[in-house]
Amino acid sequence: MTHPPYLSPGYGSTVLRAPSQPPVAFKADPDAIELTSPVFGHQEVGALDADLTRQHDGEPIGERIIVTGRVLDAGGRPVRDSLIELWQANSAGRYAHAGDQHPAPLDPNFTGGGRCLTDADGRYRFVTIKPGAYPWRNHPNAWRPAHLHFSVFGQAFTQRLITQMYFPGDPLMALDPIYQSIPDESARQRLISSYAHDVTEPEWALGYTFDIVLGRTPVEPS
Amino acid sequence: MTTPSQTIGPFYSHALPYPHDWELVPGTHPEAITLSGTVRDGAGEPVPDALLEIWLGDTGDRGALLRGDGQVSGFGRCATRPDGGYRFRLARPAGPYLSMQVFARGLLRSVLTRVYLEDRPDPFLDGLDPDRRATLIATGPAGDHRFDVRLQGEGETVFLDF
Ligand SMILES: [Fe+2]
Repeated sequence: MTHPPYLSPGYGSTVLRAPSQPPVAFKADPDAIELTSPVFGHQEVGALDADLTRQHDGEPIGERIIVTGRVLDAGGRPVRDSLIELWQANSAGRYAHAGDQHPAPLDPNFTGGGRCLTDADGRYRFVTIKPGAYPWRNHPNAWRPAHLHFSVFGQAFTQRLITQMYFPGDPLMALDPIYQSIPDESARQRLISSYAHDVTEPEWALGYTFDIVLGRTPVEPS
Repeated sequence: MTTPSQTIGPFYSHALPYPHDWELVPGTHPEAITLSGTVRDGAGEPVPDALLEIWLGDTGDRGALLRGDGQVSGFGRCATRPDGGYRFRLARPAGPYLSMQVFARGLLRSVLTRVYLEDRPDPFLDGLDPDRRATLIATGPAGDHRFDVRLQGEGETVFLDF
């Protein structure tokens, strides 16, 4: 099973929020609006929206990184012109969100939100800084591994996906109930980006790759 | 080799909401209706950090993200208020229902449901347990529809698996 179960008691917030009834299987109706998706125009996304290091007057503190990859459907075909949104903590592990009380510094030059559209090859590319790990109150001494939040649309509203990308070699992944909520080891590993030396730019930024594969829709041929 | 889902978490407000995200039509639109409600958890408590998206099946001329000069969009987004409430302004959809997706801290995967604006015979509704069917039908006066989402427990909303 790819996705985590709704109820995953190690992640305390699921206990009162996980539906108790299984979702109702939907009999394929080719006219269902859930099989279509909003269309995002290039005028809706600014050219600089994909560079989170250039949203303020100065440069954010942290390790500059390039994150790129492709959005693919279940058959391996590229998903083009699809909106991808990314958000994250700053390099100290603090979100630019009023509710984040972690006593780590805010960075006046980093908001931590970006978006872009995939190209004809399904490819996206963000420039940002590597986020820090941060504590949360789920259990004693709980820390989230460094991660980027990704939101992807795809070609059908049923393919809508929000997920998190992790970094290779992070020892906190083994201790994280959100990452560990995915039962299957190989599925979990699909959320770990790869260090990519060919994406790394000399004297500038480290490169990581992360592909996103969307679920099959009920009317999609296999 | 599908990519697994993870929770939206609590801290998306600096990135996902956008100007006029909840307004699929301007307030001056002659066919504007509102859809509002509250998201609640298994204890009946409001969920103050959910993000709702609705999709009507047609992007329209107002844009999905950038609300342009057009009159109608088919996509909207609304973060719940501290009291768990949300509100959309939209044009009445062409079909009997609209699609709604809910993301929240504690939801490791989004839940997808349908909002039917009126109770009428429908192949999907008619296949549901009669007790649960009502969870998909908006209440309130025509034009000012109300649809509560109960994630868990008494009156739990029917969610769909595609
Ligand atoms: Fe996070």
